Amino acid sequence: MQVALKGLGQNVYADLDAGRFPAVSFASRSVKNIVYDKKLQQFILGTNSVRRSAGNIKHIRPFTQLLWLAFFSKKLVDEKRTSTLRDVYYSAQAFNVEFMDQAESDELITDLEVLLESAREEFNVYPEERSAIFGNLTVEYTVKGYEGKRLDLSSHPDGMMIGPALTTAEFRDTDAEMVLAIEKGGLFTRFIEEKVHEKYKAILINTAGQPPRSTRYILRRLHEELKLPIGILCDADPWGAHIAMVIKSGSANAAHLRDLTTPSAVWLGVWASDIVKYKLPSDPLTEIDIKRLYELKADPRYKDKMWHDELDTFLKIKKKSEQEAFSRYGLSYIVDKYLPEKLQLLKSH
Amino acid sequence: MAVRELVENSLDAAELAGMLPDVYVRIVANDPSAENANQEPKAYRVTVADNGPGVDPHHVPRAFGKVFYGSKYVLRQSRGMFGMGGTMAILYGQITTNKPVKITTSTDGKSRHIFEMLIDISENKPIILRKDTEEGAGKTGTRVDVILEGDFTRSAQKINEYFKQTALVGSYANLTFVDPIGRITTYERATESMPVAPKETLPHPHGIDVEALKRMIKITEEKNMEKFMGNKHFHRVGETNARKFLQFAGVDGKIAPEKLSNEQVVKVVDALQRFPEFLPPDASCLSPVGEQILTTGIIKELQPEFSTVVMRPPSSYSGFPFLVEVGLVYGGKVLEPGRKLFRFANRIPLLYDESSDVSFKVLNEEIDWRRYHVPEEAPVAVITHICSTKVPYKTVGKEYIADRPEIEAEIKNGVRESLRRLSVFLSKKGNMEASQRKMNIYGKYLPLIAQFSAGLAGQKREPRYKQLLQEEEQEAAEIKQEIEAEAQKDANGEKIIEQTAIEQTTIEDYR
Repeated sequence: MQVALKGLGQNVYADLDAGRFPAVSFASRSVKNIVYDKKLQQFILGTNSVRRSAGNIKHIRPFTQLLWLAFFSKKLVDEKRTSTLRDVYYSAQAFNVEFMDQAESDELITDLEVLLESAREEFNVYPEERSAIFGNLTVEYTVKGYEGKRLDLSSHPDGMMIGPALTTAEFRDTDAEMVLAIEKGGLFTRFIEEKVHEKYKAILINTAGQPPRSTRYILRRLHEELKLPIGILCDADPWGAHIAMVIKSGSANAAHLRDLTTPSAVWLGVWASDIVKYKLPSDPLTEIDIKRLYELKADPRYKDKMWHDELDTFLKIKKKSEQEAFSRYGLSYIVDKYLPEKLQLLKSH
Repeated sequence: MAVRELVENSLDAAELAGMLPDVYVRIVANDPSAENANQEPKAYRVTVADNGPGVDPHHVPRAFGKVFYGSKYVLRQSRGMFGMGGTMAILYGQITTNKPVKITTSTDGKSRHIFEMLIDISENKPIILRKDTEEGAGKTGTRVDVILEGDFTRSAQKINEYFKQTALVGSYANLTFVDPIGRITTYERATESMPVAPKETLPHPHGIDVEALKRMIKITEEKNMEKFMGNKHFHRVGETNARKFLQFAGVDGKIAPEKLSNEQVVKVVDALQRFPEFLPPDASCLSPVGEQILTTGIIKELQPEFSTVVMRPPSSYSGFPFLVEVGLVYGGKVLEPGRKLFRFANRIPLLYDESSDVSFKVLNEEIDWRRYHVPEEAPVAVITHICSTKVPYKTVGKEYIADRPEIEAEIKNGVRESLRRLSVFLSKKGNMEASQRKMNIYGKYLPLIAQFSAGLAGQKREPRYKQLLQEEEQEAAEIKQEIEAEAQKDANGEKIIEQTAIEQTTIEDYR
């Protein structure tokens, strides 16, 4: 990574020294250039590229921002430090580089990822942590200052935050047989209280909504390295369904990155058909929900029959339910009754 | 518009004599203590004084006390119409207030002659009430005091507009206006060069109608038609062409002019229009404002960001020579957003009925402004000046000009040429601004790029990025120079002279 960043700087430096305006080229992230790769089962960037030149009045600002990000990242990597997306945004001000808002700096970080063909974690930039992990898994840290230290992930009842240290830790010891990714903290806590990790030998992960890349990355590692099946539980609405899909097939936003998807992960629920089957308390779909459903129907990732049928069921019943809806049958119903049925599905995969 | 007529007379008089005009105008309520002093309309005393050559006391009664004075048998480009504008103002005063006009004039500066008179309307002759001669004050000039009824509140805006616009084309004149409240507005002389005074010229045969021909026949001393046609009665018609014409018209050259029958007169007039071998009218008798004087006026009155003056070559319509001048003014301290039109005919500002005027038609119907990239809300003023021995007014009110195709074409050409120049200016200005912006942006970001790339590459020394900035700077400077050179060229008619303070004493001399 240091070499790549230094190379970028050397090119720019040489151009300036020779009286030329420096420029960079990288794959375009425009919607037109994002294509679905069936073999990889994820979105990838096409062959179009963009050129950003300091000689162009419209480009010079983002060019400067990009170069600063590279400069800042190199310092992080050199000094073995990390920074969150938000930190990056604020750090810029110390260098007289302005970002309008964090969205703009996030955008440019993604550009730098495309340019370097590396995930931001490789140049030590991480998102704000919010997802958590709990279960019978012992990890060994590799981060600076903690090398060799071990941690049992079932030692803290609130779960451990998934950050750079966990993402890069080695998996040492586990008796788990599966991984359950859960959309919301409420159910994650219920599962810990109900000892799902013992009853079903499961590692529990709270994705806290759409899972950040580090969480998707750790899910993939759990599957690849420990050969554990991944099951996903989320709300019965188009947004929940898409959380499952992003874990399986990735997002358009990360079309330039690999190793974030787990194509064999299984969407366990809650399905549209579960609302009917379990007579779950429900809310009517909003207009935005319906619009989103039609978008998903047009998405190549959803053309699989089972997914397509569920989208149609949503549109038919015009209802949605939350995971918590099972509580009408008692707090432990979801763990004792619903989960075993769904886990059959996971095992059969 | 009595004020206007009197001022035009004063300007004409001074210009004809080749004197730089100083004109003083004052309007005061005639009887401020009257019961209806605050009501409009009421009687006002209008005073117009000039520093012109004065009027020979023998001519005063006829010049000011008789409608249609002068055998206007020769043509001359003049402001007033047949010299009766001033008289009409006097007549108007007499009709509305029944007060005499007072004329004070001095031709030599040694003695001045004072007349008070009325006009006998039925007899069309002056009635002289007072005639005195006093010791002069060393200055020539004429002062007219007329008392007339008017509504100043309502006409104030037009009167102010009149002075403003007169100053625009008359940058060689000092104008002072004192309104009834006592506010003094002065428009100071900004150049000492004056337009060449218009020369008198004979009427061109194409411009003769039946009435005009009959009048000429009455006056002429020539005994036969050949002499009448060929001997200094018509513009650019000599003996040979006269003979040819009479043949063409089928009129005997030997016949005496006064012997022509009515039918023959009509026949001659008809032939005058159609005969193809008359030479076109010579425009040397025209007196345009001129590029330098107009530019001076524009700079003085409008303080523009850009201005240009286009002088069209002389042309003619129906035997009357004419010439169009177009001024185009952009931006600056005075103009407000939107297009403005200033119309002039023989240097008179035309203030009424703008939308019926040929210039208005050209600007609004025939010019595609988008072609010149001049947006509708741009601060632009167009000045059109038409000078001619006969300006084709649509009505006797003399406020707007008919759309004669020949005149329309010249205005259009002039406006287009001036817009092309503005367009070039605007695009250069745009380039300069863009270049300046570019400089600012480069200046802000290139040092940062240099700093970060040096940091990334592990270089201690900054890269030599300043050469890039210098290149840009040079480019920007070149564009700027070009524009400034252009502006210099525009302003270089002649140097604008130091503005002279108006000599109030000149005026006092006539009081």
